[in-house]
Amino acid sequence: MAGYYAWMLVATALVLMMTTPALALFYGGMSRSKSVLNMMMMSYVALGVVGIVYVLWGWSMTFGENEAGGLFGNPFEMFALDGVGWDAYIGVVFQLTFAVITAALISGAIADRVKLSAWVVFLPLWVTLSYFPIAHMVWGGGFIAEHLAAQDYAGGTVVHINAGVAGLVLAVLIGKRIGFGKEPMRPHNLTLTMIGAGLLWFGWYGFNVGSIVLAGDSEEANTAQFMSETGLTFLNTTIATCAAMLGWLLVERLMHGKATTLGAASGIVAGLVAITPSCGAVNLLGAVAIGVIAGAVCAWAVGLKYRFGLDDSLDVVGVHLVGGLLGTLLIGFFATTEHAAATENGLFYGGGLTSLGHQAGAAAIAIAWSAVMTLIIGLAIKYTLGWRVSAEAEVEGIDYDQHGETAYDLHTSVSGAVSSGVVAASTAPVAATEGANA
Amino acid sequence: MKLVTAVIKPHKWEDVREALETFGVTGMTVSEVSGYGRQKGHTEVYRGAEYDIALVPKIRIEIVVDDNDAEDVVGIIVKTAQTGRIGDGKVWVSPVETVVRVRTGDRDAEAL
Repeated sequence: MAGYYAWMLVATALVLMMTTPALALFYGGMSRSKSVLNMMMMSYVALGVVGIVYVLWGWSMTFGENEAGGLFGNPFEMFALDGVGWDAYIGVVFQLTFAVITAALISGAIADRVKLSAWVVFLPLWVTLSYFPIAHMVWGGGFIAEHLAAQDYAGGTVVHINAGVAGLVLAVLIGKRIGFGKEPMRPHNLTLTMIGAGLLWFGWYGFNVGSIVLAGDSEEANTAQFMSETGLTFLNTTIATCAAMLGWLLVERLMHGKATTLGAASGIVAGLVAITPSCGAVNLLGAVAIGVIAGAVCAWAVGLKYRFGLDDSLDVVGVHLVGGLLGTLLIGFFATTEHAAATENGLFYGGGLTSLGHQAGAAAIAIAWSAVMTLIIGLAIKYTLGWRVSAEAEVEGIDYDQHGETAYDLHTSVSGAVSSGVVAASTAPVAATEGANA
Repeated sequence: MKLVTAVIKPHKWEDVREALETFGVTGMTVSEVSGYGRQKGHTEVYRGAEYDIALVPKIRIEIVVDDNDAEDVVGIIVKTAQTGRIGDGKVWVSPVETVVRVRTGDRDAEAL
């Protein structure tokens, strides 16, 4: 199956692109001009830290032997890829990119206010305690795979529910940005967000279509499965996302009068999230339905945070938790073994409530596990290192405070961001000169 | 001499410039500014969240003219920039004590 290995090389690079730069652009454009660099850095740093952690004990904890009744894999069995053959390396890196983007997704919920040091400490702890165990339970032959037979093709529970819940917990724990709900915090560059959303869509083909697991007992069987299943997941990923974008725009048009670019970008991501677990389990009709439902429901859900006073800054909860839950649960309705690669039929295809029960069970375990683990890590960091930058740094701009840089050298007429830009532009070169003289 | 200052809607700027040039105004200073008057900015919606954007973009024109031309210039600007809707802008006239052309040192009417 040389074709399969060639495809996995491409798919792995595509998923890597989803974090850097796609997610960094998507989030960066939505943040304010004084914090865009920090926002993008959170994705880049997630790649650095989680990438290293993954090859040390991440692979082993995900695909190692069951520990604690299948809650996680043995971290020492294949520590630093001990005993893993070369021919499995591309599989390792493919899975590595999933861990990276899941962790990076969380950063959108806590934008503009978190110390880089706290994020760097959070990353390895969170993937170790939350991501690797849930990935093991769902994909590594662990608890959920063994007892629930829940279907999650590419990561509705492992990636999106997991990251969405973590974002929710951290947003509550870390608190609102100064001025949240009182002053405008609108996206500073929606062109970046549009580019990011387009690149996410492109990369998502690696994510979903690359998640095929060859199960045949012969070369011919594997080839047949590869050729039909990749077509199915590719088509479903495309069509559901088209439908979700339109669904989001329609809801916006009806509720607020205008179809927005941010709505189009958000609808794309909501659709991709929802079709992630379900892309192998549904037919064309199911893909359209899941897309429309995800687009419309997420468009409504992102408004809820204002009612609860929750500063989930870039809507990780409204898009990834809600979209991930929808995709996971709708499998229970739309899954079909006849025209798709589902392992059990959903309610609409004669499967009764069995599949829905399995899906709900898997979702509940993922929610509970992620919430508890994130809370423990979040509290530990809050009472030792501390999460937040100083109030002054937050108002003047986290970019200069944490990185000594500002994103733009532009002269605009009147905006809050201009003053911090000017301060940074005049002080930075002076500091550099002093350093050179000393 | 008088300083005529006008704050107008950006999309009217080209019309106003043309009308002033036809009248014989030879130069002006133009800047992109933002502010608000009675219309109080506008509303933008991002992911369902409404933001009141207090400042709206405007064009500010400054022209120094002879005392006799001031009323005409004001009239031309008002006539050309008017849409009849809220947010059309303002024009005001203030006295100017002296003007010097930097290149030659010419003063006052000579310098215009």
